[in-house]
Amino acid sequence: MMHAVVDSLAMIGVSYVMGFLFYGFYRQLNARIQRRWGPSIWQNFFDNMKFFFKSETLSHGPMFFFGPMIIMAGAFTTVLFVPFLKDSTWLQGFSQYGNLILIIYLLVVGPLGNALAVGSSGNPFGVMGVTRGLTRLMGLEVPFFLGLALVMLQHETSSVHAIMAAQDGLANWGIVTNPVAFVVILLPFIAAQNASPFDVVGAPVEVYAGPRVEFGGRLLGVLMTQNMMMSIAKLVLVVDLFLGGASNVLVLIAKAFSLFLLTTAISMVFPRLKTEQAVDFFWKVPLGIGVLAVILTVWLPSWSA
Amino acid sequence: MYHKTQCEGFQCEQAMLEVPGDAETVREGVLDKLIAWMRQRSLFVLAYGTGCGAIEMRPLMTSRFDAERFGIIGAATPRQADVLVISGYLALKTLRRVIRSYEQMQEPKYVIGLGSCTINGGMYWDSYNTVKQVDRYIPIDIYVNGCMPRPEALIEGFVALQQRIKQGGKAGYHQYRENIDWYKANQRKALGEEMPPAYTYDWYHAGGVA
Repeated sequence: MMHAVVDSLAMIGVSYVMGFLFYGFYRQLNARIQRRWGPSIWQNFFDNMKFFFKSETLSHGPMFFFGPMIIMAGAFTTVLFVPFLKDSTWLQGFSQYGNLILIIYLLVVGPLGNALAVGSSGNPFGVMGVTRGLTRLMGLEVPFFLGLALVMLQHETSSVHAIMAAQDGLANWGIVTNPVAFVVILLPFIAAQNASPFDVVGAPVEVYAGPRVEFGGRLLGVLMTQNMMMSIAKLVLVVDLFLGGASNVLVLIAKAFSLFLLTTAISMVFPRLKTEQAVDFFWKVPLGIGVLAVILTVWLPSWSA
Repeated sequence: MYHKTQCEGFQCEQAMLEVPGDAETVREGVLDKLIAWMRQRSLFVLAYGTGCGAIEMRPLMTSRFDAERFGIIGAATPRQADVLVISGYLALKTLRRVIRSYEQMQEPKYVIGLGSCTINGGMYWDSYNTVKQVDRYIPIDIYVNGCMPRPEALIEGFVALQQRIKQGGKAGYHQYRENIDWYKANQRKALGEEMPPAYTYDWYHAGGVA
């Protein structure tokens, strides 16, 4: 019991620290590409702490308050059901009780809580942001889940632990044995991280702050925290599924960071797509590759056999 | 931070500016200092631009002046902002909007007056329709004078504001809370029937609960 509590707190702490450091690195790299110095790597931590110690004087009813709490609970549970390390008793959370299908469900809790909270605020900019967010979600979920289904098909299990255990050695990593599934997942994964070119939801110039337009003070701090933790949970999930998991924290950080660098490089190069362009893209390219991959992995072996 | 409640005259004002009064020293623990330090490293700016001031604000965020290295970035809405930069003169119409935006910001909040127009009306000193001293309507923490000040001057103003936040003590929003009746009377005098409805600032009287 004591072990589970300490382990859960450690997971939440690790994902939070990794979250603000990764995002701080992202902002600094972005600044260097634009030939300026940029903020310190701790900037996201400062921002987050500042918001936690601001006042919160506005109220739009109970749902406006509970929405961020639902999103936060979604982020915490997602972090706790993704195993951070393999062959270790630490940083496991409750992952032995869950599997990939549960994680798929938990990933949707955030956007739904967002929609509930922003809907009750009645701000038209916020509602516009949520509409864009849910439309983009419709586009990215289908190829993302198809990619996860491909991984489950390949390993014939939905347990993240079993998938990690099957990838012993570089030659057995998911990215080597099933590169098509990685390609299918990569682009929806970037969109799920809210990174360019699929960042139209939070685009400041176009819809003000997107869904967060009405949040300030502590609730915005909560939303920032969950965003950072959720990003790390998704990164670790992809590391578990395709990069063979990690046996200690340093390896975990190295692998998650290299994946983060890959997605960052993609999002630094490509400009923002409109909502309908993003959905079009997802339903054509990643979904097309995904359907082809399903045909290749499911039916082709049975035909040739 | 001074108001002409205690004394009149240039030397008196100067003395009040230089020597912080008893009311300005607030006892602070280690945690307060830590939070104040983080707060001054992260300032979200709501830029209110009227013409020439807005032009000087733009380069601040781009590569040449790069305000982000001080932790200063633009905020999308008043709800998320810490600093309101009033760049230039305020007409009576825009004063109303600025007051509304200022009251929507979450505390702690600070105001920077950019340019001579916010201090004494600047080149609009004899206009029938502009506000001469913005400080009479909303509390201003830092003035950056000039017509127009360069982005370097504005950065220096931001750094001075950061020093002030780091030191702790009372800021403009405390003044606004404590002297709300004085500010509201001034606003009512200037705006007349155009005064924002009472529910927009009721919570200042109700002890901070909306």
